[in-house]
Amino acid sequence: MSVGLRAERSGRRLGRANLSDRVFRWGTMLFALAVIVVIVLLAYELTRSARPTLLHFGWAFPVRSVWDPVHHQFGAWPFLWGTLFSSLLALLIAVPISLGAAVFLAELAPPWLRNPVSFLVELLAAVPSVVYGLWGIFVLVPALRPVEGWLGQRLGFLPLFQGPPYGLGMLAAGLILAIMILPIITAVSREVLLAVPRTQREAAYALGSTHWEALRGPVFRYARAGIIGAIILGLGRALGETMAVTMVIGNTPTTSLSLFSPAYTMPSVLANEFAEATGNLHISALMEIALLLFGVAVLINAIARLLLWSVGRGAPRGVRE
Amino acid sequence: MTVPATSPWNLRLVRRKATNGLLWVGAVVATAAALLPLGMVLYYVAAQGLSSISLSFFTQLPKPVGEAGGGMANALVGSLILVGLASLIGLPIGLLGGIYLAEFGNGRLGWAIRFTADVLSGVPSIVIGMFVLALVVIPMGGVSAVAGGCALGLMMVPIAMRTTEELVRMVPMSLREGSLALGATHWRTVAKVVMQAAKGGVITGVLLAIARVAGEAAPILFTAGSTQWWNMKVTEGPMSSLPVQIFLYAGSPFEEWHQQAWGGALVLVTMVLILSVAARYATRGRMRIVR
Repeated sequence: MSVGLRAERSGRRLGRANLSDRVFRWGTMLFALAVIVVIVLLAYELTRSARPTLLHFGWAFPVRSVWDPVHHQFGAWPFLWGTLFSSLLALLIAVPISLGAAVFLAELAPPWLRNPVSFLVELLAAVPSVVYGLWGIFVLVPALRPVEGWLGQRLGFLPLFQGPPYGLGMLAAGLILAIMILPIITAVSREVLLAVPRTQREAAYALGSTHWEALRGPVFRYARAGIIGAIILGLGRALGETMAVTMVIGNTPTTSLSLFSPAYTMPSVLANEFAEATGNLHISALMEIALLLFGVAVLINAIARLLLWSVGRGAPRGVRE
Repeated sequence: MTVPATSPWNLRLVRRKATNGLLWVGAVVATAAALLPLGMVLYYVAAQGLSSISLSFFTQLPKPVGEAGGGMANALVGSLILVGLASLIGLPIGLLGGIYLAEFGNGRLGWAIRFTADVLSGVPSIVIGMFVLALVVIPMGGVSAVAGGCALGLMMVPIAMRTTEELVRMVPMSLREGSLALGATHWRTVAKVVMQAAKGGVITGVLLAIARVAGEAAPILFTAGSTQWWNMKVTEGPMSSLPVQIFLYAGSPFEEWHQQAWGGALVLVTMVLILSVAARYATRGRMRIVR
């Protein structure tokens, strides 16, 4: 076998290797591109399915407050109201608890306690939504009734605490949602706090700061964008949460200010009415609600991710763009 | 006369220390408040669920309303089938896409894909269900296990993709360089060396993705549906699953069905917790969990 032939052979083998590498690169790229295809297809399919109501009601659909399948009148306002109200209520409850827990886990807790407790918080996120709903119906709602009655007697002059204490309603939904978004806000803010350079803290301690003073100034200023990102991420989860909310919110399209009033959210009307939807306009109205929900979720998650990436978490190590 | 800075009577110092004490109290109370619901939910699920779990729960079909006994065997098997189909659809896309992001994803396209995957993971599961309904169920003429598997599989993609990427990136560059220096091609290096090193982590990603979708009811409510009977055909007819069955039972007015719902919840929570602990164990805290 001559030297020339051997060189030629290995040359050819190199050529093959190159081909396999190219197949590898383009092949895996196709799979990665799948997520972009899915998002585009999602937007397209939902818009296509919502065409009848998009044309029929136009831009007024989100602010119309009638929902009457029998007379073919549809508007998303009660559901939009319920979604926003319950999500903001959930944030109001969950944010202080989450931030407190995140500070404890990232700054204060003794090292041996940090990992086990963080893991327990992760488990809170692992419990399925229907199980929270089940617990909500049979444990939380009955427990809320006397509390609501008491609040109604004492604070009934406020619109927040008016109406009969059913148990099922906005307050129950807000509490369940708060429990469900606690873990994500806690875990993400904890990571944001852990990403703050040690020198920020050391410098503050060296100047004689207490834990609180170091946190309030140097650490929070550094972590602010990320913590806001974590909260927005939690908001995104709350807006789209379906099963648990459907099981405890009472499913009545109202726009009441009261915490005790039953209400309806966009995900729960989808879960409840789709099976019985009759007529094209009804299905299309539900599809338009899904489209609205999709749009809001994309917007909120995009903002949250950009904020989180700006503090360098969320993006993997070595990726800084 | 000024009080020395270190004296216990220095009011400013007392105030600062008190504020710091409040921070401690607040943080500890908040952590306890965050863990309280976990304890309460697990306690009630265990206490209520245990009484409705028996051998027949795992082997029998549901009984009609009013008759005691019966089980959720079809929903249990249905859940396994749905999660299996979802894994067939979601995991290859997630794993290979994740490898692409880790190996070639530093450019603008990688950024766009990573961003889209993160946004996709935030799309509400009910919206994914509606999408699959419009795309698969209506053309196929009805609900099926395949449609439900598609919906759950779609939810797995971003989780599996981002976890795989993260773990493949953690493999030291020197391992790749060693393999390349021995003359291996890039793809052989990834297949034989990088994936070998990232194996434990990738298993974690897979387990987390499965745990995340196994408890989902919203995406399969209208795509897989529910039935009281056995259905082994994956391409047509409704396929029961634990989460959907729990939802329907919990909303019913019958005490027997409520008990079944608690039993189903106990089985579901046990499965999901085992998966989560196993996922944790496979990497032992070397990674952070991608959400």
